[in-house]
Amino acid sequence: MNPTRAARRTIRQTFDELKERRQIGLVPFIPAGYPDLATTAAVLPALESAGASVIEVGFPFSDPIADGPTIQESFTAALEKKLKITDIFATIAGARPGISLPLVAMVSYSIVYRFGVAKFVAEARSAGFDGLIVPDLPPPEAQRICDTIRTGELDTILMVAPTTASHRRAEIARLSSGFVYYLSVSGITGERDQLPPDLAENVRELKGLTDRPVCVGFGISQPRHVAELTGIADGAIVGSAVVKRMKTHCNDGPAAIARVLGDYTRELLNRADRPDTSSRK
Amino acid sequence: MTTAASSSSPVLPDASGHFGQYGGVFVPETLIFALDQLEAEYRRAQADPAFGKEFDTYLREFVGRPSRLYFAKRLTEKLGGAKIYLKREDLNHTGAHKINNTIGQGLLTLRMGKKRVIAETGAGQHGVATATAAALFGLKCDVYMGAEDIRRQSLNVFRMRLMGANVIEVNSGSKTLKDATNEAMRDWMGSVGHTHYIIGSVVGPHPFPMIVRDFQAMIGREAREQCLEIEGRLPDYVIACVGGGSNAAGMFAGFTDDKPVKLIGVEAGGRGTELGQHAASLGAGKPGVLHGSLSYVLQDDDGQTADVHSISAGLDYPGVGPEHAYWKDTGRVEYASITDSEALEAFQLLARLEGILPALESAHAIAQTAKLAPKLGKDKVIVVNLSGRGDKDCQEVARLIG
Repeated sequence: MNPTRAARRTIRQTFDELKERRQIGLVPFIPAGYPDLATTAAVLPALESAGASVIEVGFPFSDPIADGPTIQESFTAALEKKLKITDIFATIAGARPGISLPLVAMVSYSIVYRFGVAKFVAEARSAGFDGLIVPDLPPPEAQRICDTIRTGELDTILMVAPTTASHRRAEIARLSSGFVYYLSVSGITGERDQLPPDLAENVRELKGLTDRPVCVGFGISQPRHVAELTGIADGAIVGSAVVKRMKTHCNDGPAAIARVLGDYTRELLNRADRPDTSSRK
Repeated sequence: MTTAASSSSPVLPDASGHFGQYGGVFVPETLIFALDQLEAEYRRAQADPAFGKEFDTYLREFVGRPSRLYFAKRLTEKLGGAKIYLKREDLNHTGAHKINNTIGQGLLTLRMGKKRVIAETGAGQHGVATATAAALFGLKCDVYMGAEDIRRQSLNVFRMRLMGANVIEVNSGSKTLKDATNEAMRDWMGSVGHTHYIIGSVVGPHPFPMIVRDFQAMIGREAREQCLEIEGRLPDYVIACVGGGSNAAGMFAGFTDDKPVKLIGVEAGGRGTELGQHAASLGAGKPGVLHGSLSYVLQDDDGQTADVHSISAGLDYPGVGPEHAYWKDTGRVEYASITDSEALEAFQLLARLEGILPALESAHAIAQTAKLAPKLGKDKVIVVNLSGRGDKDCQEVARLIG
């Protein structure tokens, strides 16, 4: 281990610190291996120094049914280059000493099951991941597997949708050791102009059910979206808008993509933190 | 349903939607609400005699059931062994077994108060059957179809459009059935409130494998009764083709409790045994998760879905229904595979000897029968599910045999 690196923070520590500072965490999503693994390695530290709190690393999958065209296309492009799971783990392991924020893997159960749940968890942990989101594994199927994930010292992160019945919300929150991922809309990933009008109320209700942090994803792409969520949610997850910028610059090389994503992260956060420092305290 | 009290009424899946270790619900949380709603409505419909009566009425008056069990005399003589009976699902309205399920799910859609249905389709048979049910029940209908399949099955695209359905071209991935299924699920993620997704086979998350099997189970129930009536005994073998596996599940469900009856499912062997050259999920695949359930799938070691190939668009699918996985593991059903060229030969054989053009899917079952029958004595009886007619395939067959 590299003794000079910054102390690695857990998901819990990260959200505790944000809470103390009354800030919202920004959680960018990047597809691993898109447009190549060198970009993945370059983007992680750039996002951290631009102010990201957690990074979600998507494992490209051939059949991502929860994803809109932007993320789908990035997955297809990464897989066309014969990207393998072991390559992703190796890249993360290589990049880990340079970053201290928590890394969360977003990966289909199709992949985890075939790779072997315990083996996947062990290798993800040893590569440097802190948590696992398996978007196609809701309860009750999730229950047994959440035990395996936590035994392997990864945090579990489950999703609550606007359509989730209230009796399920508490159960999903209970199963989530890292944070609860609240889907802003029923639908697939992708940018949307407006956040739903009842979002704040839904997030507050969910926070009433659990002491876990709640991060909101799907449709978030603009500084004003992040600002809207500040003081309401613990984190804002930004996926398709990040991937769109990666696509625009996909031929410019890892350093250029890292710079673009760093700028975008700062843009999203600067305005988001303004209500904190001025109106809310 | 009135017809559910058969001797073979299956006890699976269990309460959480599992057939042994297979099945289950592996979908984004957003869809759980709709799956719970669907299961609750289905349970209520099952308990409601009026629903069973209405379903049976449409099957009789609109679909033309019961379909006949036809003795294929010249095919039997030519093969020189067991007596061969064809379960004539090809004679149903719209030309395949698919209509049984879409009528059932169309009625469920009405009960749930939803106004729109969506479907995926490969060869277009399920798309046509869904468009038909939508026209019959006055529902808005969008059908997702791969760009490659739209090209191969232009006649079915036209049929769907004539009945008022909107056919949406899918250009992601391999542009075939698997991708059309992805796209239909994505639509459903954003439309669960007012839309029902009519899955066309015994695949997908619970409760679909159960519901689709039950809505196809009259195939097996009728065939069993008809065979008893004609032959005075049960068949020795029952054979059906398996892609997702709905016609086979419906047929086998009628016989699983009849232990002496041997059941054979026939998968697409394509043009070779290498991954990518066939669609034999049970024969060559491993347990894995695809489209919401755990079953046998064709994947690489990383869980990425493999390319598949079959001459028949309806069998060109990298997964299979979870109950088939269960039947395979328990040994209740034996699964074989038939190559593209064997299916093509069987297509022509049945045309010449019986005056029946089978769907290329069903031709796989005929080909397996042609292999088996000569090895059996003349006192043996084989029932084959002729799941659909082959008109839709004539252009493709003409191209292949010149």
